[in-house]
Amino acid sequence: MKAAEFDYVKAKSLDEICLFLSQQAGEARIIAGGQTLVPLMAMRMARPNTLIDINDVEELKGIEITKKSVIIKACTRQSEVLESVDVRRSLPILSDALSHVGHTQTRNRGTVGGSLVNADPSAEISLIARLLDAEMTVHSVRGERVIKAANFFSSAMITNLDADECLTQVCFPIWSSVRTGFGFHETSIRASDYALASAAAQLSLDSSGQCRSISIVIGGATEIPTRISETEEQLMGSDLSDTEIKTAMEKIPEMLEPQADVHADADYRRRVACVLVGRALKDARERAKGSLV
Amino acid sequence: MNKKSAFRYISKKRRVKENRRFITGRGRFAADLKLSGMLHVAMVSSPFACAKIKSINVDQAIAVDGVHYVLTGAELAENISPLLSGLDLPDVKRLPLASGRARYAGEWVAAVVADTRHIAEDAAELVMVDYDMLDFVIDPEIAMKPDAPLVHPEKGDNIFFDKQWVWGDVDGDFSKAPHSLSLRARWSRCSTIPIETFAVTASWDDGREMLDIWASVQMPKYPEQIARALKLPASSVNVHFDVDVGGSYGLKRGIRQTVIVSYLTRKLRRPVRFIEDRIENMAGGEMHGPDRIFDMEVAYDDDGIMHSLKITATDDCGCYPGRAPLQLGKPVSAIVGPYRIKSAQYHARSVSTNKTSQEAVRGFGQAPTNFAIETVVDRIAKEMGIGREEIRRRNLIKSHEFPWRIPSGSEYDSGDYHTVLDKLMESANWDQLVTKRDVIRKQGKLAGIGLSTCLEPSGGNSSFEPLFNPKNNTTTWMESCLIKIDMLGGVSAMMGTSSSGQGHETLLAVSIGEVLERDPDTIRAIHADSVTALPSNSPVGSRMAIMLGGAAAGAAKKIKAQLLKIAAHNFQLPEDRLIYDGGDIFVDGDRERHLTWEQLVDIAHRQYHNMPIGTEPGLQAQHTWEVPTGGAMPADDGTVQMYPCYAFEAHVPLVSIDPDTGQVEICDYYIGHDCGTVINPDIVRGMTFGGIAHGIGAALYEKFQYDDSGQLQAGTFMDYLIPSSHEIPSVGMIKHFTPSPLTEFGQKGSGESGYLGAPAAIASAVNDALEPLGKSIETLPMRVRDIEALLNGNVETKIG
Amino acid sequence: MSCHKVSLTVNGAKYAENAEARMTLVDFLRDVLDLTGTHVGCEHGVCGACSVIFDGKPIRSCLIYAVMADGHDVITVEGLEEDDGSLSPLQDAFWENHAMQCGYCTPGMLIATHQLLQENPSPSESEIRDAIGGNLCRCTGYQQIVEAVQMAAKKIKDNCV
Ligand SMILES: Cc1cc2nc3c(=O)[nH]c(=O)nc-3n(C[C@@H](O)[C@H](O)[C@H](O)COP(=O)(O)OP(=O)(O)OC[C@H]3O[C@@H](n4cnc5c(N)ncnc54)[C@H](O)[C@@H]3O)c2cc1C
Ligand code: FES
Ligand code: FES
Repeated sequence: MKAAEFDYVKAKSLDEICLFLSQQAGEARIIAGGQTLVPLMAMRMARPNTLIDINDVEELKGIEITKKSVIIKACTRQSEVLESVDVRRSLPILSDALSHVGHTQTRNRGTVGGSLVNADPSAEISLIARLLDAEMTVHSVRGERVIKAANFFSSAMITNLDADECLTQVCFPIWSSVRTGFGFHETSIRASDYALASAAAQLSLDSSGQCRSISIVIGGATEIPTRISETEEQLMGSDLSDTEIKTAMEKIPEMLEPQADVHADADYRRRVACVLVGRALKDARERAKGSLV
Repeated sequence: MNKKSAFRYISKKRRVKENRRFITGRGRFAADLKLSGMLHVAMVSSPFACAKIKSINVDQAIAVDGVHYVLTGAELAENISPLLSGLDLPDVKRLPLASGRARYAGEWVAAVVADTRHIAEDAAELVMVDYDMLDFVIDPEIAMKPDAPLVHPEKGDNIFFDKQWVWGDVDGDFSKAPHSLSLRARWSRCSTIPIETFAVTASWDDGREMLDIWASVQMPKYPEQIARALKLPASSVNVHFDVDVGGSYGLKRGIRQTVIVSYLTRKLRRPVRFIEDRIENMAGGEMHGPDRIFDMEVAYDDDGIMHSLKITATDDCGCYPGRAPLQLGKPVSAIVGPYRIKSAQYHARSVSTNKTSQEAVRGFGQAPTNFAIETVVDRIAKEMGIGREEIRRRNLIKSHEFPWRIPSGSEYDSGDYHTVLDKLMESANWDQLVTKRDVIRKQGKLAGIGLSTCLEPSGGNSSFEPLFNPKNNTTTWMESCLIKIDMLGGVSAMMGTSSSGQGHETLLAVSIGEVLERDPDTIRAIHADSVTALPSNSPVGSRMAIMLGGAAAGAAKKIKAQLLKIAAHNFQLPEDRLIYDGGDIFVDGDRERHLTWEQLVDIAHRQYHNMPIGTEPGLQAQHTWEVPTGGAMPADDGTVQMYPCYAFEAHVPLVSIDPDTGQVEICDYYIGHDCGTVINPDIVRGMTFGGIAHGIGAALYEKFQYDDSGQLQAGTFMDYLIPSSHEIPSVGMIKHFTPSPLTEFGQKGSGESGYLGAPAAIASAVNDALEPLGKSIETLPMRVRDIEALLNGNVETKIG
Repeated sequence: MSCHKVSLTVNGAKYAENAEARMTLVDFLRDVLDLTGTHVGCEHGVCGACSVIFDGKPIRSCLIYAVMADGHDVITVEGLEEDDGSLSPLQDAFWENHAMQCGYCTPGMLIATHQLLQENPSPSESEIRDAIGGNLCRCTGYQQIVEAVQMAAKKIKDNCV
């Protein structure tokens, strides 16, 4: 299980990354944490001509927190985000989700950006990005553009990034309302396995306890993290009672076309995804009400 | 023999000798060895379940810089003898590399040799094999049909072995019994995959005409099998048994790999090494275990007492019959479990399919059989409305009934099953567990308590060989030890096999220390090379505590006898006037008159004039021990004494199940355990906990899944799920000691402990959880998706 | 073939050797530096046998190429002993509790729990299980490893007081 031959360059700046990428037109690949790319290369399922190592590029590292958003630079380690007290305070759902990404040792190398670009259907970070409609900033020699999460993922393991582009940061918006709550649930076989299905929900309530804004997303059971807008719409303005939630979720199963693999079939993922949406919604509701911390 | 109550060293807490090198990173594993000029091998594997190999073009591969050779199956086949089979199947030839026909996806067809493993892999991609895809068969029940595609067309069918034994009046017992029930239980293809893959380095020395081998191996008669395949005298094959083996649990057989590198080193005159990568290891190597369908039938009376048991075990052996079919044989030694069942019928079938060959796994087929028997016992309890503990109490053999002969001919040496169960129930506090279970149930989850009571036949006799292959008349399965006392009084002991975590060095030191009354920490234990080693049958069959411990004690007693003889001569007194104490010898009643250990050793080594006339100078002794109760061929009806000692274990886990996701969590786990006298308590605990973890894996997670096209879907650690520290609970272990009358210190085996009862116990717990819903599963592993589908398969949406 | 100079510190000693770009750190440690204490179990990031401490954090050395370690600091199992060469309290506790059988996963387990104790001197059982959650052991069922870490934590604490 040894990688095929490749060339290696260590980039020192974002400009250099972009330059290398443009010169190598599709033959080069960025390596960040390597937690996905290295095993793929070991099995020779990926065989780039050149690896561009971005681990020394300081401008791609760091966490910035404002009232409105949490900005994470692409090459920031997952463990750094998970350990950040500020992130936990501002965006606890991200911390919660991150604790499910692999384990300590993979998080010590794996990056937030690498996970997003890798676009695994089960990836927790992608799920949260889609939930909050995070904004991905990408750079190339052609310039900079910002891609909303809704347009970032195109199918399993594929994003809408062009071959010469580098993801530089992701900006997760923070909802301002005080009565905001979130829920995150996933099911995996062993504790640190990829999720067979996952769901996240965030909602806020107005003073009368009615749902004023809501986002629901399913992962693992679809090729890319999927927003469940029909359910969201039905629940807007409701009291989020158990019955209302149940009714609003009725259409979910037919919307999902999960993939099957050795670990679970499509029916399993479909059913379990629904269960997890229900759990996530209820947790979100209780947190918004302040009755769950 | 077993009445010794106070041991000096046996059963005492003692640090395990071998650990020191492991905690400092100084273990010496096969992959750590580096020889100058060493070349590296990568395999070319067949991508098809079954294919004719039309031709192999190696031109491009050979042209790669750094590549030295490409060995094809055809070349190897011409130059070696086929490998041994456990059965008498002259039409089924097993070769290290496929030749002419590849019979499972992942089978090795060529070996590339290069300067580095990287280059070998580069070139392996360039070996062009022209295949013609052929029909294949994956399902063993289809494979048994007359029109099934043939795995080995020369043989004419896919049945490797098919035999039925009837022991006792089975028909009579069935017709007399008021009740009977039948069920099917399924144990899926899984194994105890070690974290280290198989690794081997071979180096041919033309000057000495010696083939040196370093391998991570656990295989009886390994050197001889290599020699036979290569047509060399066994004295020209030197296996270095001092290699630390990174786990094996029965699996690391390595004959094919070793023959390949040995052939190559002889051909290329350079050391050649092959370290399986995880894919070669799991698809092409020796990692697959039993894969069994059990059709069970039991006859019982109004009290739930079992009178007769019929078992049909259909085992999917995969492609080649190495020792795997014999795994249907070991269960004959405990075919009725720990129960007083009068008669039994056993129909054992080994079927070949286009899958990776099955190999020996911890317990050698006993864990699946125990699972099937326990499933039957639980079912009777359910049918009769009797508690699962009570049904077992009524059927378990009682302590005063030992030795107890079971219908298939084995005599159980000793046991006190009821007391173990009593102690377990007290510690586990069954009633409290029931309360806890019911609380979990009230919270909306499913919860269940499991129970299993199982045996671990130990002492590794090989009577299943003649039983399954009449041409095989092996009736000894001996083990040896050589002890040498050096001139300075140091004790060294030699075993003739490698170890894979069992702590044999500690076992030797403690056993010898006990007999010679010398501190085990001062005793050195070494692994001989095969050319100097005395006969050994390797650490299989849970036998080393019994057999190596027995051989060591036997040799130590000879040393002690020599010392007494020397002392008697020097004091001019009969030996019964002397007292041996801690290695020194005193005259009874006159402690002033004594010879110290050092003095005695000095006499033996230097003062021949003070030695009794005719004695050998020096101080050394060897002992080769035959398995107690072994040595006989099976009778015509198949009855035979298979294993000498029978350890007992009872498991009680509490599990909870998320009914919406199928996830199982093990909340509590208790085991009551009796393996006779314990030689080292830490080792027995470790074996048991590790065995339970293996059992939990088999029960819930692990399966070598194949798809319809015959591709292995679980060929990496991403897909074959070994439980982690999150899935395995802390286990409460309750000990009881019923010594064996057959062994030196009263010890029995514990090398398979935990594994032999855990799968049954987890299955019992899951089924207890499902019972309120009127559902059950009899197929392992009980994966999240299986449980969830059983519960919700027909439900559209659920909200958690 | 792309060959690179790799200069790094391993267990306090400086090394500078050449490595092909595709050589993983674990192969580099074992085959080039002859530090064979770090083991290989899967080469695809699942088993944890190859764990090393990299710039103060445990990582899998099969998931990083040696060239990427250029200029960095690595600690392997060979570097866990005390400065005077004696066993560390953690190593000693592994021995005392028989926290291994075949010893193959042991270096990875020691690395993972060494770092745990540096960061969290009195970990709970679940924190210990979490720290070794990415390290597979096939022999022990993990229990004696957990017990060893608990003993080491206690010993370290008692020594400090
Ligand atoms: C045992 C194990 C368990 C795991 N479990 C989980 C899990 O439960 N959940 C989960 O989400 N993940 C899991 N992962 C994967 C996760 O750890 C990876 O970190 C993540 O998927 C990739 O991040 P990375 O930084 O390692 O990226 P790399 O492996 O370096 O790269 C991944 C891909 O992203 C590209 N890339 C990386 N950075 C950029 C960038 N800035 N711009 C453009 N392209 C870029 C690379 O070219 C490559 O194609 C697991 C991994 C392992 C080994
Ligand atoms: S060898 Fe690195 S994780 Fe298995
Ligand atoms: S001690 Fe053998 S794998 Fe852990």
